[in-house]
Amino acid sequence: MGVRSLRGEVAVVGIGETTYYKHSQSPDPEFVLALKAIIAAAEDAGIDPKSIDGFASYSNDRNEPSRIAAALGIPDLKFSNMQWGGGGGGGAGAVANAAAAIYAGLADCIVVYRALAQGQFARFGQGNVGSSVSGEVAFNAPYGVMSPAQKYGMRNQRFIHEHGVDRSALRAVSMASYHHAQSNPRAVMLGRPLTEEKYDESRWICEPYRLFDCCLENDGAAALILMSSDRAADMRHKPAYLLGAAIGSEYRNGAPCHNGPHYGTSSFTTVAPRLWQMSGLGPDDVDVVQSYENFSGAVVMSVVEHGFCAADEVNDFFQLENLIAPTGKMPLNTSGGNLAECYMHGLELQVEAVRQIRGDSTSQVPNTNVSLVMSGPMVTPTSNCVFGTADTL
Amino acid sequence: MSTSPHYLPAGLPRPTAENDGLSKPYWDALRGEQLLVQRCGECQTWQWGPEWICHQCLSFNMTWQAVEAQGRIYSWERSHHPVHPALKGRGAYIAILVELPHAGQVRMLGNLLGDASQEVIIGAEVTGEYEHHGGEVPYTLLQWRYAS
Repeated sequence: MGVRSLRGEVAVVGIGETTYYKHSQSPDPEFVLALKAIIAAAEDAGIDPKSIDGFASYSNDRNEPSRIAAALGIPDLKFSNMQWGGGGGGGAGAVANAAAAIYAGLADCIVVYRALAQGQFARFGQGNVGSSVSGEVAFNAPYGVMSPAQKYGMRNQRFIHEHGVDRSALRAVSMASYHHAQSNPRAVMLGRPLTEEKYDESRWICEPYRLFDCCLENDGAAALILMSSDRAADMRHKPAYLLGAAIGSEYRNGAPCHNGPHYGTSSFTTVAPRLWQMSGLGPDDVDVVQSYENFSGAVVMSVVEHGFCAADEVNDFFQLENLIAPTGKMPLNTSGGNLAECYMHGLELQVEAVRQIRGDSTSQVPNTNVSLVMSGPMVTPTSNCVFGTADTL
Repeated sequence: MSTSPHYLPAGLPRPTAENDGLSKPYWDALRGEQLLVQRCGECQTWQWGPEWICHQCLSFNMTWQAVEAQGRIYSWERSHHPVHPALKGRGAYIAILVELPHAGQVRMLGNLLGDASQEVIIGAEVTGEYEHHGGEVPYTLLQWRYAS
């Protein structure tokens, strides 16, 4: 038996998205959003939704596969999977889980999906704690630390301190997302470009983060359909072949109360090397990058840990002209990302990565063969994956 | 036990031990102005946040050791946006992560007392202050101030 690998075994053959709404503005209930995205992905692939036989999601999505399967009249359910933990860090993990299930013969046609109607439930940007708290929350909330910006800002701040990261690097990440959103009719921030002045003058949320460093809160849904590569060749669109994926985090990343030994990282220091090993690629092979911006400063860490630049080079590397399609040396978040397209917990980044492979992006990078996605940084477990054209197989 | 001045407004969640009692010794000791950190009874490894097992040698014999409430600032943040109704109108406040060099470099989170607009210096030494809260179920938080 040779090396175990997913490289080239599975491809994305269909993508679907609902309209992306500002939080609480969806006219549809969350479950309807899920159904619409899944049906749209099936139509995009040119298949009957009833031929889906498996489901994979992440971030404690509320829309259970058995309910969806019953709702769609699916004849046979063969895979029902939740990437456990890590919130939005699980998007690529869900793709990896689906791919592994297809490769292993558990199912043939799996949809990876995420649906959010935040207004229907609690908002992420708030604390959402009770009057008494225990466990890890007890060590944070009584001191006023409750939101993701606060929990993760502490970790980002350590990296910023260790490597002398200038605010201009964070600003460049934000501006790249907003720049690309201006070409994307689906983007929530279409028509609302971000200038340096607007960024610099925006209010602090929690230092090191200003308003434009933080992802949006949105309603909507996205879905991707995966099949084995031999079937994918017959589908409607150019397949986006999965060349590699990895999941996880470093030693004791999950140690409670901010005690992870490798604290000033985005959790990718051990996960990125595994991706490169499976895919047989490196940062120089990558044409376009989608990097989950829960916070702009975390993108800086993700990019460093994937080897695109050294930690002490970030102030030079993170200049807007380096990050924008079509000419940047590392085009980043080409549909507007979590900051400016929508916050679909990063699944919209997977959809955009596939569009780049197909040549269909609103900010297309010419001659794209390799398209990388880094999922939610600073969480555990996180995940990443890389897609390629047929030429890369 | 009387209450002491509080850094943050009333109405924030109060800390309590888990149902299984894992961190109860820590919260109880703060009431008596004592800081306890976990230490493995077999291999002496320090451990934080509390856990049932030693991450180093996998012994379940975890003990609690009293340590000086002193340390160095490891990271920090200054919150502006109110994340809880009780914080509306409070203005900015500082949370820091304090590293305890004498307790295996474990880190604890607390507020940095004093002017909320003061510069926060990573590496600076801080001293702990116990902040007692009254009410039906009294509790104590461990806060920090720059060492003089």
